[in-house]
Amino acid sequence: MKILNDIGGIIGISLMYSAPLIYTSLGGVLTENSGVVNIGLEGMMTIGAFAGATVAYFTGNPWIGFIAAGIAGALLALLHAIACVTFTADQVVSGIAINFIGPGMALFLTKIFFDGAAMTIPIDLNDKMPRPLDGLFTQGSFIDSIFNQYATVYIAFILVFLVWFMLYKTRIGLRIRSVGEHPKAAETLGVNVYKVKYLAVILSGVLAGLGGAAMSIAVVSNFRNTLISGQGFIALAAVIFGKWKPQGAMWGCLLFGAAQGISIYLGRSGVISSQLLAMLPYIITIIVLILFVGESRGPAANGVPYERNK
Amino acid sequence: MSNIDYNTRVVEMKNITKKFGDFTANDNIDLTVHKGEIHALLGENGAGKTTLMNILYGLYQPTSGEIFINGQKVQVTNPNVAIGLGIGMVHQHFMLIDPFTVTQNIMLGMEESKGLGILDLDKATKKVEELSKKYGLYVDPNAYIQDISVGMQQRVEILKALYRGADILILDEPTAVLTPQEIEELMVIMRSLTDQGKTVIIITHKLKEIKQVADYCTIIRRGKKIDTVKVEDVSEEELASMMVGRNVSFKVDKAHKEPGEVVLEIDNLYVKDNRGLDAVKGLSLQLRKGEVLGIAGVDGNGQKELLEALTGLRKAESGRILMKGKDITNLSPREIIDSGINNIPEDRQKRGLVLDFTVAENLILENYHKKPFSNKGRLNHKAIDDFASESIEKFDVRPRNIRQLAGALSGGNQQKVILAREITNDPDVLIAAQPTRGLDVGAIEYVHKYLINQRDNDKAVLLISFELDEIMDVSDRIAVIYNGKIVDVIDAKDADEKTIGLLMAGGGVDNE
Repeated sequence: MKILNDIGGIIGISLMYSAPLIYTSLGGVLTENSGVVNIGLEGMMTIGAFAGATVAYFTGNPWIGFIAAGIAGALLALLHAIACVTFTADQVVSGIAINFIGPGMALFLTKIFFDGAAMTIPIDLNDKMPRPLDGLFTQGSFIDSIFNQYATVYIAFILVFLVWFMLYKTRIGLRIRSVGEHPKAAETLGVNVYKVKYLAVILSGVLAGLGGAAMSIAVVSNFRNTLISGQGFIALAAVIFGKWKPQGAMWGCLLFGAAQGISIYLGRSGVISSQLLAMLPYIITIIVLILFVGESRGPAANGVPYERNK
Repeated sequence: MSNIDYNTRVVEMKNITKKFGDFTANDNIDLTVHKGEIHALLGENGAGKTTLMNILYGLYQPTSGEIFINGQKVQVTNPNVAIGLGIGMVHQHFMLIDPFTVTQNIMLGMEESKGLGILDLDKATKKVEELSKKYGLYVDPNAYIQDISVGMQQRVEILKALYRGADILILDEPTAVLTPQEIEELMVIMRSLTDQGKTVIIITHKLKEIKQVADYCTIIRRGKKIDTVKVEDVSEEELASMMVGRNVSFKVDKAHKEPGEVVLEIDNLYVKDNRGLDAVKGLSLQLRKGEVLGIAGVDGNGQKELLEALTGLRKAESGRILMKGKDITNLSPREIIDSGINNIPEDRQKRGLVLDFTVAENLILENYHKKPFSNKGRLNHKAIDDFASESIEKFDVRPRNIRQLAGALSGGNQQKVILAREITNDPDVLIAAQPTRGLDVGAIEYVHKYLINQRDNDKAVLLISFELDEIMDVSDRIAVIYNGKIVDVIDAKDADEKTIGLLMAGGGVDNE
């Protein structure tokens, strides 16, 4: 039973670590399908992680913290949208700026709200994201390890379906994909290209913010500046790995989550140095991208600023 | 047979002027179109036809002037307004989304919904099928755009407009990309549209088509309206001279000339295409001094691969290419240019020019590394500018601005820049691939003149074209390519369209 329970443990940890990535990668799927490259996801995740932990600490309610994280991510995303959509700035440069602003702002505000400390005060364990299925299964059993998860994990998987439904089955989804493929064509059919892009970019910020909070109020219980170190980029890699589709990105995130789960499990056993293990998810990112990126084709107008009269 | 309702003026544009900075694209143009009419807008590239129609469709705002639709004065501030007024436009470069289906493309922006913004694809598909049947526009509603023919893509574009309830259809250069059969079909479609009370405006510079299908024709030259004429009252020649502003000769003038010795010899050449299949299969050909050798053939019979092998862009698998007796097979493009071969590429925007470079920079693309344009790796801008100024004067590139970006020039002027670059090199062999594609009458005449000029100077020209008329007019000898091989070489004097057409289609050849 020990082995089975251990495997359950690894799967459980993998799911928990995948969830923040899934939120963020869904954001990436939306923005890239609308033709706006958003490498600022990392910064938006960071500000979301900060906002979530801080608001949850002060209100004592993880859900308010979760919503605040979405709003914080949206505000940064708005900045990205203004720069890239309205002012047709270079999307990569704007994204880099966002990645400086996000962590910088988060640290700055942490110091203001927490008397100069570099991390937020951990929230009470009772104020963390609830585990809706807690107590349903035998503690520590295989099933319990896998299915007894924070609410944010379930929401992540529900969102995969919702984003897929939105992109492929609804009017706004068709329009998002059309402006990412051929904005001029969409415009001649009366689609407001700018509005659609704004919507997609802001939604990506909301999702990245939620992803950050899924880290800071579920996986751990406070925010520190190293909490989000590269997850935003891994989520972006998952978008490409998943060929710009929500379900594909989800599989990518699960892969990286699993890498993290395994490295944490091995780290506990102490056989391999934890510093080396911490590199595992990133190494897997690179290998997977090398193996898969050549075959995928993104939205045709991805990364190309759209100007109406050109 | 005419369906024109002269009492209803569906479109009236009055005193339309449109300026882009200093440049006046439309200068006080009037246009009146009646219901049920096929109205052609005729003009050279860059004359301002498309600008005028973009104004009608709300993509541009006029600097001054008024627009009336069905007698009502309107402000067409964006395409949505135009769509609301019943105006639909089919752009020259299709506005289709490749990974979407036909139905998705048609319904975009006016999606059928089951409520809550959820798409109702079945309903939309049904609607597309009905429209398709009603106007004889055959499409497969569930096919992806990337998988269908250009002709069907165009029908999708027309359906897009009809789906939005368009009564006035603007077709911008609709035949530029179509095969002769598809053009025939389009003519029938246009007639069927006007039969059902629609009005069609076509932008074109092809006189034949206007004579064939249009009722009225408005001629625009350099932004000004020249006249509106009833098409049956005028001849093609009259239309052409109104368009260009002088008499145009459709015949290419050339004196008889005895060809000289062989300069370029292709011997049993094999070249593979992108898929790794043999595209050129044992092709042999000799090009002589002082002749234009035309290669006639249907697109896709190995012309592209032959051209790329000759210019060093694609590897020849076997066989030899000899230039003045020297083997140049699989040399680099620069070595081939230095051996005396220059090339007017098939796609002037992709291969011929760097669109984001200025005219001056484009003119030295082949010689920038040589004196006087550069010295020990440093560019000599004075020499470059002098050369450019001289070239655009000599080749009549408009506007006369060497700092103009090549991408901002009209097609004809882009081609003049390429001609200037390639001919100034004074090549022994000039390979011209589709040199007049998409050009108007004036520019075509110009390009042909230069090709003949090369020949008269005892140089050799290899002309590859899908336009049989062009091959017959310009060439001294005609080689017909079919399935990667030259199936016959005929003296142009003895050639007739029927024989060549048959050879192009593979007739009279033993298929292995």
